[in-house]
Amino acid sequence: MSDTIKNKDPIAPPDSADERSGALIHVAPSPHIRDAAGHTQRMMTDVMLALLPVIALSIYLFKFYAVKQLLICVVACMGSEFVFVKMRGKALTLKDCSAVVTGIILALSLPGSAPWFVGVLASVVAIGIGKTLFGGLGMNIFNPAMVGRAFVMIAFAQLMGASSYENVTGLVDAVSGATPLSALKFNSHFMDVSSLFWGMTNGSLGETSSAACLLGGLFLVLRKTASWQIPAGILLSVALIAGITDMINSHSGLLLVHHLFGGALMFGVFFIATDPVTSPLTPRGKWIFGLGTGFLIMVIRLFSGYPEGVMFAILMMNAVTPLINRWTNPQPMGEA
Amino acid sequence: MSLFRLKGFPGTGNFRHGIHPPDNKALSEESKVEVMEVPESVTLPLLQHLGVPCKPLVKPGQTVRYGEMIGLGEAFVSASLHSPIAGKVKRVNMVTLPNGKHLPAITIHADGDQIPPQRLWDEMRSKDWPRDCISIYDPLTIVKIIHDSGIVGLGGAAFPTHVKVTPNDTRMIDTLMINGCECEPYLTCDYRLMREAARAIVTGALLTGRAVSAREIVICVEDNKPEAVKKLTEATEQTVIKIAVLKTKYPQGSEKQLIKSVLGLEIPLGGLPSDVGVAMSNVGTMATVARGVIKEAPLTHRVISVSGRGIKTPKNIFVPIGISMGEVIDFCGGITRNAARIIAGGPMMGFSFSDLSAPVTKGTSGLTVLTHDEISDEKETPCIRCGRCVDACPMNLIPTRLALAARYNSPSIASQYHIHACFECGCCSYVCPSKINLVQLIRTGKTLVAAWANR
Repeated sequence: MSDTIKNKDPIAPPDSADERSGALIHVAPSPHIRDAAGHTQRMMTDVMLALLPVIALSIYLFKFYAVKQLLICVVACMGSEFVFVKMRGKALTLKDCSAVVTGIILALSLPGSAPWFVGVLASVVAIGIGKTLFGGLGMNIFNPAMVGRAFVMIAFAQLMGASSYENVTGLVDAVSGATPLSALKFNSHFMDVSSLFWGMTNGSLGETSSAACLLGGLFLVLRKTASWQIPAGILLSVALIAGITDMINSHSGLLLVHHLFGGALMFGVFFIATDPVTSPLTPRGKWIFGLGTGFLIMVIRLFSGYPEGVMFAILMMNAVTPLINRWTNPQPMGEA
Repeated sequence: MSLFRLKGFPGTGNFRHGIHPPDNKALSEESKVEVMEVPESVTLPLLQHLGVPCKPLVKPGQTVRYGEMIGLGEAFVSASLHSPIAGKVKRVNMVTLPNGKHLPAITIHADGDQIPPQRLWDEMRSKDWPRDCISIYDPLTIVKIIHDSGIVGLGGAAFPTHVKVTPNDTRMIDTLMINGCECEPYLTCDYRLMREAARAIVTGALLTGRAVSAREIVICVEDNKPEAVKKLTEATEQTVIKIAVLKTKYPQGSEKQLIKSVLGLEIPLGGLPSDVGVAMSNVGTMATVARGVIKEAPLTHRVISVSGRGIKTPKNIFVPIGISMGEVIDFCGGITRNAARIIAGGPMMGFSFSDLSAPVTKGTSGLTVLTHDEISDEKETPCIRCGRCVDACPMNLIPTRLALAARYNSPSIASQYHIHACFECGCCSYVCPSKINLVQLIRTGKTLVAAWANR
């Protein structure tokens, strides 16, 4: 050991080309180590990975229409992000991938038949009004993709309504007719359960296949990128309300299955409601958010003029999220 | 969660939330404790503990013996200071400790006959520490010896031990808990001590248990240290001491979390372990108590671990208090080329520093040198409210709320969200995917709240 003690100060510049010469010592407050696995960008990548089965199935079903809508929305979202962030004079945020994720989710929530300007306008509203106006990533109250979609849904009621879905049918053979929930609501018609689950039905680009959404959703939950309480809460209350309705009208489970696997439920549950920015912070809050969203979905589906209610239900629960956060401020250990 | 019970204890062996950082103990856990020779000089700050600084008793030029008291802890919450070497008092000058405290310190140059440190360590790890004739010691005498020996908690916080063990009629101690969790990554000094000097720990625990008249004595160890559990089980045979083997999780070794794990009790917010009838002390402290009472030797040396990928040969060493960090690093072969951060303590709660003349103090449990790859210098991105900090906080707080309150200068919100309950364990910063240093913001928030409360 004696030879190493010669150098009194191990980080002082030594006279010879010692191995220590390269050391540069930093100081910083604790903790000095961070979880390498946890990273905002990784969460975004996870979401994109989880969306892959959904994207694949929508391209399989809607062919060119899906590709077109995805391209339009992703490019328009990234463009809007660039422009709006530039306008605010902030550092560019395209690298965090959140605009891409918003674009994909938005595209997947639109009908394939929607013309190009619907996708572009929805993207501009989503990023501009839905996100940047509130202060960018992390500051928005409402899910940006849903803000964009709600805007075009109301502004272009014809292009986004039930009939728009049927327009595609003439062009793509894989699926035909009304969306499962429209058929159920307006014609009391039930679909074949297996095509409902696997997604061989009509609908918005990403919503048709519950199987694909479940696959991606489970991945997100297992990676802890999405919290499990929100999907559990929504599914629980939807199943409960739909189950009771089913029993009252003695549909022997068919109605329940339609409400669970038809429409945008699975897509919304795993990819929209779980958006961390617009959902509560605490596990208890997440449960309340999930149960509330499920309840509103069923209220809209059963009692309103719309066949589907996922978007409005989530937007409404987004609005009460700050309140839920206030209600669920946990008691610190030792206080109770 | 209450389905699970820790065998023989009311608790579950676990607490809510917490994190699982890579423990990296393999770097140094198999290195036997080595003894450092008497250094040329030692620097002894007058405040190495929590509380009031001690009063210097020596003048420059004066000769001191090994173990001679050189600083007197007059106040109740203070600890005396003893010379770990024989020598001459050089001067009283100012030093800056890694934790940022700027303090007067006594420097002693080695001179005259020294007690070989190897003898002190051999004494510590010998097998003949008594276990059965503990009752010959009067509880108050034990407390007095602990006070006179300058013993403080060696786990890191360095709270004067006599304060914890002084009998108090209003707060009776039911259980004495000996903390051998060592949940900080990298550190292995307590682990080595448990393996090599289990008998001294047991004797210290029995003595301390007698001092506080505890009904039960429990040694708490995480389940990633089976060798330590084995050695302690042997050493505690035919004694009243029980061993609790707990889930490995950070911060299992934190006082509040450990009491919850083992006894299922929660210390009231702002309270002390004695509020729930518990006294807690570190395993190293117990060995020192044994030495103080049985061998009448004050706290002058301790075991520290020097680890991390930035150190050439990670080691556990028995060092005199007051030796410089630089000498300790040299003893371990120096730092590597890619070393980036030197930390007094572990990486979760330790203090990084750059002045290697800083001395090892009573509360220094180790030195961790991290490399560039291990430290995080990633840029902060906006909070995405994912709630991971909420799921990690062992105190059940909302760290992101507290951090935001601090950042936007709003002490009222910070205190409404219980900022004072945070003990800065670092779990929230560790898990944050946006790489926000929540703990540092919360520290800022605490000072804001203090200023606001005094306005």
